[in-house]
Amino acid sequence: MPRLLARTLRALLVTGLLATAACGSGGDDPAEQLAAAAEAGELVVYSGRNENLVGPLLEMFTEVSGIEVATRYGGSAELAAQLLEEGDRTPAAVFLSQDAGALGALQDAGRLEQLPADTLATVPAQYSSADGRWVGVSGRSRVLVYNPDLVAAADLPKSVFELTEPQYDGKVGYAPTNASFQSFVTGMRVTAGEERTRAFLEGFRDNDPKAYEGNALIVDAVNEGAIPFGLVNHYYLYEKASEAGGLDKLTARNYLFPGADPGSLVNVTGVAVLAGKQSQDAQAFVDYLLGEQAQTYFAEVTKEFPLIEGVQPDVPDLPPLSSLQGPKVDLSQLDSLAQTLALLDEVGLT
Amino acid sequence: MTELLTGAPAPASAPPAGSAEPGRRAVRAGRRSRPPLLLVVPACLTAAIALLPMLYLAVRAFEQGAGVVGDVLLRERTLRLLIRSLLLAGAVTTACLVIGVALAWLTVRSDLPWRRGWAVVAALPLAVPTYVAGFAWISLLPRLSGFLGAFVVLTACSYPYVLLPVAAALRRMDPAGEEVARSLGLSPWQAFRRATLPQLRPALAAGGLLVALYALSDFGAVSIMRFDAFTRVIYTSYRSSFDRTPAAVLGLLLVAVTLVLVWLEARSRGRASYSRVGRGGARVGATVRLGRLRLPAVIVPVAVATLSLGVPAAALLYWTSVGVRGGFPALDVGGAALTTLTFAALGALATTVLAVPVGVLAARRSGRLPRLLERASWAGHALPGIVVAFALVFLSVRYAFPLYQRTPVLVLAYAVLFLPLAVGAVHASAAQSPPGLEEVARSTGARPLAVLRRVTLPLAAPGIAAGAVLVFLTCMKELPATLLLQPLGSQTLATRLWTETGVAAYSAAAPYAALLVLLSAVPTYLLGVRTGALDRPPGGRG
Repeated sequence: MPRLLARTLRALLVTGLLATAACGSGGDDPAEQLAAAAEAGELVVYSGRNENLVGPLLEMFTEVSGIEVATRYGGSAELAAQLLEEGDRTPAAVFLSQDAGALGALQDAGRLEQLPADTLATVPAQYSSADGRWVGVSGRSRVLVYNPDLVAAADLPKSVFELTEPQYDGKVGYAPTNASFQSFVTGMRVTAGEERTRAFLEGFRDNDPKAYEGNALIVDAVNEGAIPFGLVNHYYLYEKASEAGGLDKLTARNYLFPGADPGSLVNVTGVAVLAGKQSQDAQAFVDYLLGEQAQTYFAEVTKEFPLIEGVQPDVPDLPPLSSLQGPKVDLSQLDSLAQTLALLDEVGLT
Repeated sequence: MTELLTGAPAPASAPPAGSAEPGRRAVRAGRRSRPPLLLVVPACLTAAIALLPMLYLAVRAFEQGAGVVGDVLLRERTLRLLIRSLLLAGAVTTACLVIGVALAWLTVRSDLPWRRGWAVVAALPLAVPTYVAGFAWISLLPRLSGFLGAFVVLTACSYPYVLLPVAAALRRMDPAGEEVARSLGLSPWQAFRRATLPQLRPALAAGGLLVALYALSDFGAVSIMRFDAFTRVIYTSYRSSFDRTPAAVLGLLLVAVTLVLVWLEARSRGRASYSRVGRGGARVGATVRLGRLRLPAVIVPVAVATLSLGVPAAALLYWTSVGVRGGFPALDVGGAALTTLTFAALGALATTVLAVPVGVLAARRSGRLPRLLERASWAGHALPGIVVAFALVFLSVRYAFPLYQRTPVLVLAYAVLFLPLAVGAVHASAAQSPPGLEEVARSTGARPLAVLRRVTLPLAAPGIAAGAVLVFLTCMKELPATLLLQPLGSQTLATRLWTETGVAAYSAAAPYAALLVLLSAVPTYLLGVRTGALDRPPGGRG
């Protein structure tokens, strides 16, 4: 028996050495190679968006530009915290974030480079940093998904605030732990104020809303008629439609609250160049994401809204960006999620 | 925590049994005043490494002044959090103690059918990461969330931490006490409760401590089950406010809780003596015949295996079958597996090397310094991986920049997180080998290094190896620190799994999860075999 374990220890040593050797010489393992390559002038990107989504796009970028990219993937907030810890010695030149809040936090800490005016001019002003330090890449809208068999279009609420009224008792699905529900509440706090948001949340809570694990489950429930309404992001319906073979195969529809309603907040995925890391390569990367190829890719893969003019993604029934209204928000301010979570905790919507 | 893998009582504070001899005591007293620098210097280095996250947490916690620290600590929410986390840890630990003792007794002392097989199967849940078990349970029972869900997943994944030391202790325990109790007319149950169970106390305390700290530090189960425990709130704090102070304060509080638990564990065994009469002549107690209960008793291991292995296996098989229809990314999986093995093997080696001086010192010396160094090695164990990762980001960017986001820093993070697993194994196995052999070696004129290399380590090797395997296993499953610290562009099975579940593609994630569990099952099997029934002394039944 002791011999067996002595052998185990040896096996461990051999595994470590062999695997290390395989990594070092084989060339298949990207680890050390990329680390070395990064120092050799590669563009280092931190991506808060999923590798399965962004990876193919980065390969297309390298193909078009000839610029090699090394990427660290992680959650947007974790990467933002990592960038804050790294300070000016960060290996990263570019940060691609899932949401504007993480970019806002880095901007406040003085960690982002000013972007050139003509880059910022590519997208409508409300989808970029007011300080010009990050730029939106793709947009997503909060919507009310509803079942037309259960609700006539004419009876739809004119504002998200109406959902606290008695006729919506027990009829609205929501995903309390979902980041996009939380940023919707943050948007409401920023535009309508703390008092009104608290009153809305308390009324909403007392109206017996139905909690779901995620947005996709809400869209399923609405589509099947289990509930008439749901508070979700716009693209879940389009993803379901592309799986089902078209929007006409589904019952559920998206509804945008008219006017500057917090229920129709538009949030973005954004990109920024880290302070002191401005280079032609970094700028080329940002410009590529704002070009037609990347914009079409985002729209077709994720069913998000392209943010530049003149892109026609092959997503049937996706309304044009210009039809969106939503509240006027400086998206950088959506970094006050902590207060939102505290408020949701107090109200009891968690 | 000293006898996780061997079950040998290793008194942390009481002098070894042999010190009753007058001549020996003189030698020992002399040694206590002057522990060998050969061990003390590297042991101090190990303790310093284990304390690295504290340095970072202190900097971050106090950067906005002590007032902010007070505010966070005195928040009502913090108190609630502390109570919730301790309740969860307490419930999980209790359940694991019950399951662990029951399974250990059934597989070591009873005539349970297929006992050897069950001994190995019962250790296998160590191979299942909590995030895999969590996804499996949630997909099976979507309503299972909150406290109950976290409790089920953590218990199912961590009871082997109790089972392994208790099974080992049962095998090594002198059965005389129980036999005397029986001869005095106690029923088998009474004899077990009054003679055997007290002897198991060190093993129970050690395993219980590991489970409690595991329940406090684990992120996978509480995040999937949406239960607001320490780790989830620390994580949310990073995610929601981009303000690292509250997270750092909570991290310090978690370290404080850890040290209190470690101290309690040492106290719980410190008062009693568990030394065994005679070393090496131990017999395993007579096998208890279950009689009519023999077949019904099989329900226990079957039920535990169903909950801890069956549920994840069913979910993985289902997802894999769905995923394979969509094409199997074989090359990708292979590369990630290779990287996983590399990181885990290097992590296990580094952790074990760092643990040896601390463990040997704690086993051989009884002074305050060895005890302090051993306890210090626990500091990082209850911290969530993300906190240790940020600590090493902070420190390596400033003081070891060329190593940042390279393998050595990742390996260091593994060591900080998992040192106690290895220190415990070294301590226990070194304590088991008689110090007399080292004294003989010294008397022949061998230098201390030669004694360590040629006597102490070879004797302790099996236990040390088992500790290394446990660290290896734990490194393979590690996710948050690996995500932040792995070299640019590399992939482990755990990080691939994270990527796939990030787009909610369970079917694409399943092959990675399945391979991770299968690869982890190999070292787990070795651990199970070691503490299982396969190495019973000749003459033992079954």
